[in-house]
Amino acid sequence: MSDLGKKPYDLDQTITKIVDHYEAKSTALIMAMQDIQRHYHYLPREALALAARKMNLPLAQIYSVATFYKSFSLEPKGKHHICVCTGTACHVRQAKVIVDNLELKIGIKPRQTTPDGEISFETVNCLGACALGPLVTVNGEYHGNMTVSKMNNLLDKIHGVETTEEVTEEEA
Amino acid sequence: MTQQRLSSPEELLILREQLIKQRKENKTIITVCAGTGCLACGCEPVTAAFREALQESRLENEVEIRTTGCHGFCERGPLVVLQPEGTFYQRVKPADAKLIVDQTIKGGNLVKKLMYRHPQTKEYIQFEKDIPFYSKQMRLIFGKNGHMDPTSIHDYIALGGYKAMTIALWQMLPEQIIEEVKKSGLRGRGGGGFPTGRKWASCRKAKEEPKYVICNADEGDPGAFMDRSLLEGNPHSVIEGMIIGAYAIGCEQGFVYVRNEYPLAVKNLTVAIKAARDYGFLGDNILGSKFNFDIEVSRGGGAFVCGESTALMASLEGKIGEPRAKYIHTVEAGLWEKPSNLNNVETWANVPLIIENGADWYNHIGTANSKGTKVFALTGKVNNTGLVEVPMGITLREILYDIGGGVPRNKRFKAVQTGGPSGGTLIVETREKAVHDSLVTHGDIRQEEEAVNLLDLPVDFDELTKVGSMMGSGGMIVMDQDSCMVDVAKYFLNFLVEESCGKCLPCREGLRIMLDILTRITEGKGELQDLEILEDLSQVMIDTSLCQLGGSAPNPVLSTLRYFHQEYLAHIVEKRCPAGVCKELVSHAIDETCTGCHLCFKPCPSNAITGELKTQHIIDQDKCIQCGACYQVCNIGSIRRVKRGEGAEMQRRAKELWQSPIKKKTAAVA
Repeated sequence: MSDLGKKPYDLDQTITKIVDHYEAKSTALIMAMQDIQRHYHYLPREALALAARKMNLPLAQIYSVATFYKSFSLEPKGKHHICVCTGTACHVRQAKVIVDNLELKIGIKPRQTTPDGEISFETVNCLGACALGPLVTVNGEYHGNMTVSKMNNLLDKIHGVETTEEVTEEEA
Repeated sequence: MTQQRLSSPEELLILREQLIKQRKENKTIITVCAGTGCLACGCEPVTAAFREALQESRLENEVEIRTTGCHGFCERGPLVVLQPEGTFYQRVKPADAKLIVDQTIKGGNLVKKLMYRHPQTKEYIQFEKDIPFYSKQMRLIFGKNGHMDPTSIHDYIALGGYKAMTIALWQMLPEQIIEEVKKSGLRGRGGGGFPTGRKWASCRKAKEEPKYVICNADEGDPGAFMDRSLLEGNPHSVIEGMIIGAYAIGCEQGFVYVRNEYPLAVKNLTVAIKAARDYGFLGDNILGSKFNFDIEVSRGGGAFVCGESTALMASLEGKIGEPRAKYIHTVEAGLWEKPSNLNNVETWANVPLIIENGADWYNHIGTANSKGTKVFALTGKVNNTGLVEVPMGITLREILYDIGGGVPRNKRFKAVQTGGPSGGTLIVETREKAVHDSLVTHGDIRQEEEAVNLLDLPVDFDELTKVGSMMGSGGMIVMDQDSCMVDVAKYFLNFLVEESCGKCLPCREGLRIMLDILTRITEGKGELQDLEILEDLSQVMIDTSLCQLGGSAPNPVLSTLRYFHQEYLAHIVEKRCPAGVCKELVSHAIDETCTGCHLCFKPCPSNAITGELKTQHIIDQDKCIQCGACYQVCNIGSIRRVKRGEGAEMQRRAKELWQSPIKKKTAAVA
């Protein structure tokens, strides 16, 4: 909300650009919404309303799509977004342990954002890199063969704490 | 680079010959795998390091670097293969690039530390094709991946790409193509296994116009990533298959519905389609044949149900992905109520092979009713995770042990899950000798016989269905002794509850109730009659659900009930989780084999572990939240998962034993 309020011209420009890119075709609705989400990291109400007008679709249809598909979020996401893969391959490699630990450490449940808006976290069904399970992505960056200790180091990094040598070694 | 559209097959032939000449087969090429697996392992810095190393050695003109699609052996990434001889290096780090250039390329020596070692014989293996992981495979579809840059249409053409298309467009009538595909015995690789040729024939027969062909790349099955790797690594093969299919069916517009979670697949596919248009393989009057066809890419919203054909078509139309009853088949009324032919990525990629080599060549591979090869994503508790392409009819044992290399850390193999959450199910554990005795005491011999048979089960569409599983899209997840089958069934139901679209009642409510029951069982609150209710509900869902998602959703429950009945009983009657997974039924404790290494201290989120360095560690049973983080890190297996309530006693006993004089002495020596 607040971000949008500051630059209304940006909203109009962005949505027009996205909708024009798909020639306002109704078949491209899902893709247009993905682009909106990529831009704002969520689907702001104003943006959807504008897109509905420009694409000549009822807002209700856009909302039905926004709430049906899991990848859409109507809530703002945190500055840092953590995805823990809980696909079958990651599940049998104990992804649940990572999720439990993360919940404890940052005090939120999946699909929530920390009160300071720093971190949001969700579980996803499969990222398709099963050989590296358990897998976590932080802001789209893959981190494979995750362990609780590695996860804690990643969190430290996000919080800006000096990282220990262990992390650099593991990532090298 | 602007490319003049090719306007005849002859021009393509000339171009191919030029390209082959340019490729200079004897030139050294460093191929770096840039599939998602290797990207995640950091292959990009490796490529950059190679570039730098070559410049330093002034070899940039003699040696070429090629970033390719997935080689399949994701476990060992980043992978580097030196062509043309095929020297294979694994887990290559940027710092190793200079080493490889200096030693292998300049010096002709091998870099031992980067070579693959045979797990049993410990022999160093130089060539990719000799590695056991590859040697048992038959890589018809994935074979080209290692030799081409997926974004380069030149590479594809040089490797014989679009040859099948010219054969189809110039030498065959649409009916002949359909006959050929029918004769090849190709069946849909998305899971259902419907004969592709028959589907095409019905779509061709449908009266309405226009018609559509669709490629289903909405790979929603957790644990399956072959479609992604194919689109990332060899998108042109899918495009070529679609062109041939479209020509045979008689349609001019195709769609690829691909998951938005696969950004690299979307990118490479989009690049490939654009290149195909530039060269005249897509668009109006393809290579001067008067046949028009184009493909549009549509990114999906990430719903599992959209893998179902009617839901996918609804989603393509920009609506929510709810399936509809299929009284009228989609080949007659699908996308926008027009005849639509939907096939899976892998199915499309098979088509050019069949047309180029002929149905007779193709149907010699495989079993009586399942022809060709199948790509499996071998993952979970197996040494060699990755993508494997094998001929139909290979046994599970060959896949799991010869290719997969068995279960890591000497644990006992328990089950393999095929076919994803709804289609999928589990196949029983091998009853190794050690477990055999305990089974006899359980009076479980009949299951034991079946178990042995299952590991030698030839893997094809019909055999898997017979044992209560299915091929599915090809996920194959291996589980060891640490996996609880009740928990796995619960996991799948949980997944399906989230993914059920909610349109029909049996699926929406049935799954929810079944999940409730399974949750109760894993919490130790189950009753014996629950098992009957589960079976009843499953049957209702199978009989009455609207789409296949609901109809096959009970499979994980039914199959675990069938093969792991004892495990359910242990949860219900003894209130015990034999695998030690179900939190409410388990206590963690450290036994006397503990060396006091402190490794388990750091991951414990509740600081429940105490003990001095090099002395017996203790888990405070009141503080422990049973998360299992310590169990994961312990290298010597000292952390035990016992029945809830028995942890404290075990911990006490372990302490006593540890303090006994003998143990102290050995500890001092160590």
